[in-house]
Amino acid sequence: MDQLAIASTDRPLVKHFRAVVAVAGISLEVSPGTVFGLVGPDGAGKSTLIRMLATVLAPDSGDALIFGNSLVRDTEEVSARMGYMPQRFSMYPDLTITENVNFFARLRGVKKAERKERSAKLLEQMGLTPFAKRFAARLSGGMKQKLMLASVLMHEPDLLLLDEPTTGVDPVSRREFWEVIARLRADGKTIVVATPYMDEAERCDQLAFIDAGRITRQGTPAEIKAMVEGTLLSVLTTDPHETATVLRDARIAGVSSGHIFGDEVRILAKDSALAGERVREALHQAGIPYELNAINMDMESAFAVLAETAPVQEAADA
Amino acid sequence: MTEANAISIQNLTKRFGHFTAVDHLSLEVPVGQVFGFLGANGSGKTTTIRMLTGSLTPSSGKAYVLGANVAKRVAEVRRRIGYMSQKFSLFEDMTVEENLRFYGGVYNLDPDEFAARREYILDMADLRGRESELTANLSVGWRQRLALGAATIHSPELLFLDEPTSGVDPLARRRFWDLLYELAKTGVTLFVTTHYMDEASHCNRLAFINSGRLVAEGTPNELRAQHNGATLEEIFTKLSTN
Ligand SMILES: Nc1ncnc2c1ncn2[C@@H]1O[C@H](COP(=O)(O)OP(=O)(O)OP(=O)(O)O)[C@@H](O)[C@H]1O
Ligand SMILES: [Mg+2]
Repeated sequence: MDQLAIASTDRPLVKHFRAVVAVAGISLEVSPGTVFGLVGPDGAGKSTLIRMLATVLAPDSGDALIFGNSLVRDTEEVSARMGYMPQRFSMYPDLTITENVNFFARLRGVKKAERKERSAKLLEQMGLTPFAKRFAARLSGGMKQKLMLASVLMHEPDLLLLDEPTTGVDPVSRREFWEVIARLRADGKTIVVATPYMDEAERCDQLAFIDAGRITRQGTPAEIKAMVEGTLLSVLTTDPHETATVLRDARIAGVSSGHIFGDEVRILAKDSALAGERVREALHQAGIPYELNAINMDMESAFAVLAETAPVQEAADA
Repeated sequence: MTEANAISIQNLTKRFGHFTAVDHLSLEVPVGQVFGFLGANGSGKTTTIRMLTGSLTPSSGKAYVLGANVAKRVAEVRRRIGYMSQKFSLFEDMTVEENLRFYGGVYNLDPDEFAARREYILDMADLRGRESELTANLSVGWRQRLALGAATIHSPELLFLDEPTSGVDPLARRRFWDLLYELAKTGVTLFVTTHYMDEASHCNRLAFINSGRLVAEGTPNELRAQHNGATLEEIFTKLSTN
């Protein structure tokens, strides 16, 4: 069997910041050559977990094995095979794009000849070539994200730890970014990525849903969606906001979550037939034209339900 | 430039050296609308907003905000608009209360006015009970709602929001848009940039820019109809890649 990219030990990772428990005990297994997604509410502990895996933050207790090396004891070996992209912009504002990329590659010991070739390729992939000589301070928000990603890819790490890498990146570039990820995966690289975008979560091989410092659910995207009970109903209307208000005010029994998705209002119903009836009534009374359909569970809705459901273990542990 | 337009710009242009970031942009934003301003990274959205809020001088062209020429009446414009920038402009090492006081001071609110607005914002942003918490310790969703509170402390008629939901989790994002709609109902005009196409479809009108130039404008439905029923994401792709 292949050695795991990340293997758990019998000591889960824990990190406190003063009185706040950021990571309450997380064990993680990640197979090489896969994309592992971390999703969950803001402040759930995703960044803290990534920072510990990146060896920039020492755990209070616990350990994990990165390609067989201890996170805590073999920090150097671990860090040599890993690339980490933090959430905050961390490039030199007074260096150009090219200078920044080269600076980080040199730090990572990439040879001069390779630096040139790789940076040319990466900047091209990120659409940054025309701006190679521009100072980082003068880049737009999304361009800064692309610069960070290009820099972290320069030494071709075996394990990539990406903390919300596409924040502020436009939809076209986001798609291109995921094509880069797919290529890296095909090359056998392992990617751990935290993301607030549910369409990105769908593209991961495995997902961990993190809440209050713990993994509360884990599985493939399909498995995670299957954990949500009930049927998703789509109400297509011309005025989704008015529709959502009407449906909220109707307080339909067995309907636990409603949200606007483009032109639709999506609601989760325990009993779809019963809820459907009540939806029709409410909208008819309000005089709103609509089209009602049962649809497949989507990750947005699954997230909403999972985030609203309190973690199960909490009480037992306290 | 009628009263009916919250923003009216004509041939607005910004050059940085030889590079043109905003290129003869003309646009009208009717009062009371939620207006989505879309475009690829580096297409000139933030640069445009900075010219409209008076923090960047245009190379040429005219900008009227709430009927006032921005070049001539910056102080007045600033008093009447709010701006939530791409990077939340909160002081991380200050408490929630201190941040609100700071922005109340910036806009010269008298004590009664401040007290009333403070109450309103604490409720709106669901921040009651957290007044003395350090801003740095708030999660992104709270911080973002506090930033909205700070940007609207002086009851602006027009609010600029530059990617207000970037990096915010899906649930918090949804709650934030509920707040924006509450604001819109009170008659405030919202000028919003976003890279989320589901958010774009919540806007009354949209403008797409590419390399600083206007390439499409209309309601989400009009735009979809013009592009044979394509999704906004497909339209974005088409308009951004040439
Ligand atoms: N001070 C400056 N000097 C030189 N170029 C600049 C300066 N400020 C912005 N630019 C350039 O102007 C262009 C437009 O930038 P802007 O920040 O307006 O883009 P944006 O549409 O907001 O992008 P994003 O979606 O990534 O936030 C970019 O190419 C950027 O690098
Ligand atoms: Mg911008």
